[in-house]
Order: sequence, then C-alpha cells, then structure tokens
Amino acid sequence: MKMSDYNFAYLDEQTKRMIRRAILKGLAIPGYQVPFASREMPMPYGWGTGGVQVSAAVMVPEDTLKVIDQGADDTTNAVSIRRFFEKTAGVAVTEHTDQANVIQTRHRIPEQDLTEGQILVYQVPIPEPLRFLEPSEVETRKMHSLEEYGLMHVKLYEDIAQHGAIATAYAYPVRVEGRYVMDPSPIPKFDNPKLTMAGIQLFGAGREQRIYALPPYTDVVSLDFEDFPFEASKADHACGLCGAIDSYLDELIVDDQGARMFMCSDTDYCAGRQEETAA
Amino acid sequence: MQVSVLEGGFADAPVQSARAFREIMTAMAQPGRINTVDGAHAPGISVASSVALLTLCDPDTPLYLAPSLDTADLRNWIAFHTAAPLVTPDKASFALGAWSELLGQDFPIGIPEYPDRSATLIVEMPALSATGATLRGPGIKDMARLSLPDADAMRDNTRLFPLGMDFILTCGSQLAAMPRTTRID
Repeated sequence: MKMSDYNFAYLDEQTKRMIRRAILKGLAIPGYQVPFASREMPMPYGWGTGGVQVSAAVMVPEDTLKVIDQGADDTTNAVSIRRFFEKTAGVAVTEHTDQANVIQTRHRIPEQDLTEGQILVYQVPIPEPLRFLEPSEVETRKMHSLEEYGLMHVKLYEDIAQHGAIATAYAYPVRVEGRYVMDPSPIPKFDNPKLTMAGIQLFGAGREQRIYALPPYTDVVSLDFEDFPFEASKADHACGLCGAIDSYLDELIVDDQGARMFMCSDTDYCAGRQEETAA
Repeated sequence: MQVSVLEGGFADAPVQSARAFREIMTAMAQPGRINTVDGAHAPGISVASSVALLTLCDPDTPLYLAPSLDTADLRNWIAFHTAAPLVTPDKASFALGAWSELLGQDFPIGIPEYPDRSATLIVEMPALSATGATLRGPGIKDMARLSLPDADAMRDNTRLFPLGMDFILTCGSQLAAMPRTTRID
C-alpha cells in the first residue's frame, strides 16, 4: 500500500481536530488529564495507541520520528510504530535523539537532553496517579479538583514504614506547578528530574482515553518528605558496553550460569558513546 | 451562494492543518512566542484567525462571533468550511472577535472537575509584538514579553487557575497564545 492510500498520519481530520483541542487544553492546564474520544487503532491497547494518536495529531510531513521502547529503538513495539508512521505519514525516521523532532517513547526519557522544538510523546497505561488508591473515577476527579492528595503521601509513607525507604521505583508521582499530581507514565524514577526540560511533553493514554501535557520548563517536583527526600536511583554499576556511569541501566542475564551484565537502556546513547571511544 | 464563501479554505487540509496545528501548539506551549501561519482566509478576518478556525473548529465546537464580525459572508464561510454551530457566549467553546467585544462576556471557564471545559478565545489584534507585559510560567524559560490586549483582565483570568479561558492572539498571518497559567508581572 502506498502512503497516499491513507489520510495523512492515518487518522481522519475530525479525529485529529478533537485530539488537537485536547492537547491545547492539556498544555494550558499542565498535569491535568483531559478526556478525549480515543479511537480504535490498528494495534492492540497496551501497544501505545494513546501515544500513536497523539503523535498522529502533532506530526507534520517534514518531521523526523524516533520511537523508543524502554530506551531501545530496535524492539518490536518501537519498530512497528516507526513503520506505521513511515507508511501512513511518509515521515523520515531516525534512531538518533538529536535528529528527531518527534520522539514517541514507552517508559523512558532519552539520556540526551531534549532541545526546544522537540516533542516527546509518552505512551501511558494508567494516567491516573490515584487509581490504585481510589478505584472510582468520580472520586479521583473530586480529589484532583480539591487538591486532596493526602492519600498519595500516605502511600509513600507506608513504603517507608514497610521498607525503610520510598520503594516506588517507577511511575513515581510528581506535582506539576504546585497544583496537579501527575503520573509521569512508568518511567524509572531516575528519569523524573528530566521532566523539567526544554521540549514539549505530551502524554497519551488510549485505553483510558486521557491526554495530558507539560509545556517546556514546567516546574515538576517528585513527591517526597523532608526527612526522606526524593532520590533518582539507578543500578550501582557502569554500563558493560560503553562504560557510562551516568545513564539508566538494564540488567541482563547473559548465560545459563547466571552471569549478569548491566547496559544502558538508551541504545542510541550507548551506541554513540561506543562510536566515540572507537574513533 | 457567493464564490468568495467557497474559497479561502485549505487546498490540502490534512497537511496544511497539521502544519498549522504545530504552530498553534508551539505557541500555546511557549507563551510569548509569535508564529506565522498561512493557507486560509475568511472574509473580514485575519489569515491567522481563519487558519485557527479551520484547524480547531468543526461541528463539535460551538463558536461565538463578536457582533462586528457577525456578517452573512463570515457566517456562510464558517458554515461551509467548518460547520461549527454559532452560539451565545455562555455556550461557546471558541470565540472570535476583537478584545473590546469579547471583554466582559460570560464565557465558560470550566468546572473544578473538568477545567478543560472552558472557552478558547481567538482575539483579533491590531498588532502583535514581543514587547509590553512580562510573562512568566510554564513554557517560559526565564521571562517573555508580549503585547497583550489587556494585562489586567488577563491577570484576573490567571487567578482563576486551574479554571479560566485560554487565548489565541492573532494579527495578519501571525499568532501567539496565552494559556491561563501565564503569570503577568
């Protein structure tokens, strides 16, 4: 099938307008989850349908797209979404963070800092940070409207009471501009400090039908306590491939003897460092 | 129906509205930033306002037209190109007009559970430049400047946060945006 057989970026124009209006309200109310009429996409829920719809609504033909899944450009989810937009939008694709205008991500923020003009689109499974504490949408909406976030601090406190430290390691809740508590999607808490950045961040949850956003330089604070301050933790190793000590690491079992190796989760960052060393 | 009503839309809607939305979105994400758009012209209003209407409005978005813009030509153009229903201010999700005509009208500001259910005002400006009021807040690195139509009224709107209206300011083919989060010194 040729690209011209699809409407540009797959979605019909009225759907894109609806998503675009939700994105504008999301940017105007940072951290607030805007409901939107999520569409069926040609991939299952849980494979980034929210992110794909947001990417489709913001993409222009001149864009260069990068897609990562847990930091990697070469995993199934990333490859299939990249091909989807190559086919339906005819955009250029890249694996290099600095060459991309639009980066769709599942559960990581690239190691390399984003610059103004870059757009980071997150795939979000559960957008509501209070959902596991309060199952009712009516109640969580009321809690957000009243800034009633005590329950979240109780949860973090119970972490400390049980484990001696805040054990939440991913999807670590943040407070945006001193107002809305937001789920940053299941990124490792190592990435939380990077949520205040120069790029535009858009979050799409397809199954849950929510879009939210962070404009550049928005004040994003990870929730914590004075005596238990937030810590952006990572495995205490260097990358086994490039030697980086400042990047987020995946742990991989490499043989049947239980030997382990730690390596950068951001494949582009790791490859770039290895090339530099080789040159 | 006059030919002029049928003209002035996007020639290639999917691509032109995508490019237009990128400019509107980066303006909304970075208050004070002035972007240029093209490709649409409705009778009696600026290119930027025409582009904003085409990019954002459709049968799902009730639109309020300020009295001086409420001409048969523009009504017909909006009906043909967007099919947005024209309504009174209190039911509008978008409004179009000069500041003097929009000021003081009773537009939706959202409700505490759904602050997104608020109007976006497209304001036709005589001029638009990076001078005047000092802006701070989300999307702004240190500070930005923008020639606002009415700093006091916008300051009142900011105080409503998380409720409040959002503004798209247009002049000729240029546009800027003022979300409710922007603090005005």
